[in-house]
Amino acid sequence: MPQDVPVLSVKNITKSFSGVPILKGVSLELREGEIKILIGPSGGGKSTLLQCMNYLVAPDQGQIWLDGEEICITKKRDVYAYRRRVGMIFQDFNLFDHLTAIDNVAIALRKIKKISKKEALIRALKELEMVGLADKGHLYPAELSGGQKQRVAIARALAMDPEVLLLDEPTSALDPELIGEVIAVIRALANKGMTMILATHQIGLIRNLAHEILFMEQGLIVERGTPGELLSRGNPSRTQGFCDRLNELYDEN
Amino acid sequence: MLESLSVIKASLPYLLQGSLLTVGIVIGAMLFGLLLGLAGAVGLVYGNRLVQVVLDFYVWFFRGVPILVLLFLFYFGLFNYLGLNFTAFVSVIIILGMVTGAYQANIFRGAILSLPRGQFKAASALGMSDIQAIVTIILPQVLRISIPAWTNEFSIVLKDSALAFVIGAPEIMGRAQFIASRTYQHLAIYMTAGILYFFLTWIGVSALARLEKKIRIPGYSC
Repeated sequence: MPQDVPVLSVKNITKSFSGVPILKGVSLELREGEIKILIGPSGGGKSTLLQCMNYLVAPDQGQIWLDGEEICITKKRDVYAYRRRVGMIFQDFNLFDHLTAIDNVAIALRKIKKISKKEALIRALKELEMVGLADKGHLYPAELSGGQKQRVAIARALAMDPEVLLLDEPTSALDPELIGEVIAVIRALANKGMTMILATHQIGLIRNLAHEILFMEQGLIVERGTPGELLSRGNPSRTQGFCDRLNELYDEN
Repeated sequence: MLESLSVIKASLPYLLQGSLLTVGIVIGAMLFGLLLGLAGAVGLVYGNRLVQVVLDFYVWFFRGVPILVLLFLFYFGLFNYLGLNFTAFVSVIIILGMVTGAYQANIFRGAILSLPRGQFKAASALGMSDIQAIVTIILPQVLRISIPAWTNEFSIVLKDSALAFVIGAPEIMGRAQFIASRTYQHLAIYMTAGILYFFLTWIGVSALARLEKKIRIPGYSC
């Protein structure tokens, strides 16, 4: 159940790339166990926002609060420490190609948390089990399907015990048969109470998981509300219009 | 003809001793170049403006000046001027190492740029420092990708090492020239020297090809 102090909140985040504003003052809060979905047209700033929330991209302005503490970045070490607490999942998985699935999960434990190799592998195996890949640990990324790669990536992020998980279009690079297995893992995480924010176009698959939908366009959150509010039939919201267009495309195909 | 054979037979142990020195020069220069090349590539890709300008200058200088000129410039010029009493052997390793380091920097730089950028991002997102990401994620892949180009570089340095004779390092070429000028058996002696270089290249290239196969990432290419 959502608690009172947000796990992660960002306030008035702005970001420009070579003079072009991408984020124009975005604020949002994630309470414990809450799941929010970011939707909206490409180029609207969803990805940049998520990357700012993990400090992969440093925001120009604005504040980030984690567990009620403002994050002040004065040196690189602060960034590294912050990122360890906020997990990130990418559209194209970004597994380390030279490491087996289990080593992909274990490497951060060994190098960052300085856990012994044996213990790191035990923990990594546990995470692979959670995403249903305990028997694939010895395979290299090139030997895995897209869905399996994304599940390894999720296991890798979870092994660091993040307080929040940011997912940037986790199923967009997958074919329909593989989307299901990744969605199932995300569902399982939701049931465990993981705090998550997810950018996606496949809204239909996860709308029943979301506590709130945020519609982003031109660097701003232009609409927000529960799925019930925004997606009810005949609602004139921008969100409903966007999703109708998506549904039309699915129907046409 | 018989005379040639007997000269070859008599001088073979002497030339083989020279090939030990050649091997030493090549291994030393390639390893020195490996360190310079890796550090150079990391600096060229991830370094700040100042680091990049300095490294650019390094690469341009050692790529742009003939090795023969560099050997004379450093051995008779700079090292003398600085009062450094390096032997010809050490001097050649340093100079060939600097030259191959410049080329290797570009080999490794290309390999870094060919890696999907997302892997560095993913390592950062987990909380790795830039150095951790480079050492544990980027370089292990860069080294694998670079083996074919590095093999080429090895065979080039091996043959460039023959230039060491001009500053008096008694490697294969130096010894061959010494024998040839005494016996006048130019054809036989230089042919023997050529064959020795050929064999050393063949051994090294085969070894690197085996290494390439051994550390190949399963499922990657064929």
